[in-house]
Amino acid sequence: MSAYLTAANTMRTTRIITVKTESPTVKTFIVKDTLCSKAKPGQFLMLWAPRVDEIPLSILDAGDGAVSVAVKAVGEATRALHMLKSGDTVGVRGPFGTSFTENDGRILLAGGGTGTAPLLFLAKKLAAKVKRLIFVMGAKTKDELLFLREIEALCTGKSVVAATEDGSYGLKCLATEPLEALFAQEKFDMVYTCGPELMVRKVFELAEQHGVAVEASLERLMRCSIGICGSCVIGKYRVCRDGPVFNATRLREVTAELGVSKLGFDGARIPI
Amino acid sequence: MNSHRLNLNFAGLNLKSPTALASGILGYSAESMQSIVEAGAGALVTKSVGLKPRTGYANPTVIQAKCGLINAMGLPNPGIDTYVHEIRHAKTILTVPLIVSVYGFSAEEYAATAHKAAEAGADAIELNVSCPHVKETGSEIGQNPALLAEVVKKVKATVHTPVIVKLSPNVTDITATAEAAVKAGADALTAVNTIKAMAIDAETALPILSNKRGGLSGPAIKPVALRCVYDIYEKVKAPIMGCGGVTTWRDAVEFLLAGASAVQIGTAIALRNSSVFEAVNRGVSAYLRKKGFRSVNEIVGLSHRS
Repeated sequence: MSAYLTAANTMRTTRIITVKTESPTVKTFIVKDTLCSKAKPGQFLMLWAPRVDEIPLSILDAGDGAVSVAVKAVGEATRALHMLKSGDTVGVRGPFGTSFTENDGRILLAGGGTGTAPLLFLAKKLAAKVKRLIFVMGAKTKDELLFLREIEALCTGKSVVAATEDGSYGLKCLATEPLEALFAQEKFDMVYTCGPELMVRKVFELAEQHGVAVEASLERLMRCSIGICGSCVIGKYRVCRDGPVFNATRLREVTAELGVSKLGFDGARIPI
Repeated sequence: MNSHRLNLNFAGLNLKSPTALASGILGYSAESMQSIVEAGAGALVTKSVGLKPRTGYANPTVIQAKCGLINAMGLPNPGIDTYVHEIRHAKTILTVPLIVSVYGFSAEEYAATAHKAAEAGADAIELNVSCPHVKETGSEIGQNPALLAEVVKKVKATVHTPVIVKLSPNVTDITATAEAAVKAGADALTAVNTIKAMAIDAETALPILSNKRGGLSGPAIKPVALRCVYDIYEKVKAPIMGCGGVTTWRDAVEFLLAGASAVQIGTAIALRNSSVFEAVNRGVSAYLRKKGFRSVNEIVGLSHRS
């Protein structure tokens, strides 16, 4: 999206079409919005809950005049969003930021927690055309393995690897364990990742070790979403404008902060 | 491509180009400020920093309006005691003057914060006496010539660096506050901060910004800011940084002709991304060459000749 369109992307109020419970802590919201219905995998939008807050959310799916996002109840704003029902009014700005490049060949997707949302969107675009698609997903428990059924339907057979910390589904370990094995076994053309930043960092390091191209979608505290307030900077980059999707060249430039620190609401560096 | 034509001295600071980063834009971290230097900025003004940390307001804090942005960030900043580390770090990597913007809730707070910033290496101090959306600081000080003078005097008595006063356009006569600031010892002025504004959503019948009221920036305020610079230049000798809607080289040239010695750019980064600095610099340089001027200094205030 050109800079002009980013700046002209004013807030519009719209209605929630559907609310779906995905897990004990995650709901997805489908919202009517023409601009965001044209979003690409990896991009994000800003969702305004009137009187409460406006937060950045990765886009889970887009098309037919609507857009969907997954919201995990973690704070005041997200808990308030969870109270909303279909027909309620919200504000939307976006879509903003960079998207994943849609590569061919042998593809590895590595998602953790709600980080699986943009990767599912990407997988839908890639599934039909790539040679191989492996989706590794991790969560604390089976309940929190998001979009498991949809992902299994997309990546048929053995190409979904699930890991839970408590062993309630799939492997009992962090998602990074099966990833290490996969990198050692197979030659991938591209790896895409999104999730907790320590996982993202590990995936980036594995990709570098094995000489595989990588793109990671990063998360930071965001306010303006159009590249001026500075809340979301990592190194010299702004996650809202230069990201949220970063390639290996840029990730190498931000290793001092990747998985290490971010800015808090007061602009002070806080550990991740 | 910085040609010598664009070099200038602003209140003792050597600038390689007449475009500076405006306060409030990026400006937390040294690395992100350096990226603006690489994009062509001749000087940097940091986020406004105070004695204590502030988290700022809840979102929405910035929204797009037609021809500009409205913001009420609420002065989020880590507090000067933390920020001095960033200033020291910035001074090791930045290649242009670093101007630290400070605010306070009293003259003493302004002075104490400015003192710490200067000790950490700030090349100059810009006093934010014009933020329109936080009570008991900013424009509540800058709109009152007596209070403003007290703040400037206290800061000038504390620091040896140049002191720049950023003026509010939300006054009846900006030359009165400009004169008060200079008489109290200000070395230079920045004109202007944002214009008080708001946005209301028709559907929900609610103000959109969490703070309800904010400040308007961008192309919408350029004619107002230009008039402010023109008025101040007529009355006051101190150098002026023009600020308000500079988006193209032509905007920058107009501010220089009105009497600004340099300009600050902020909102245009949202409109045109960081490349706006280089684009404006190149355009100003081409204008000077075409018109036969050897230096940017030669056109400062040129529109005042009768």
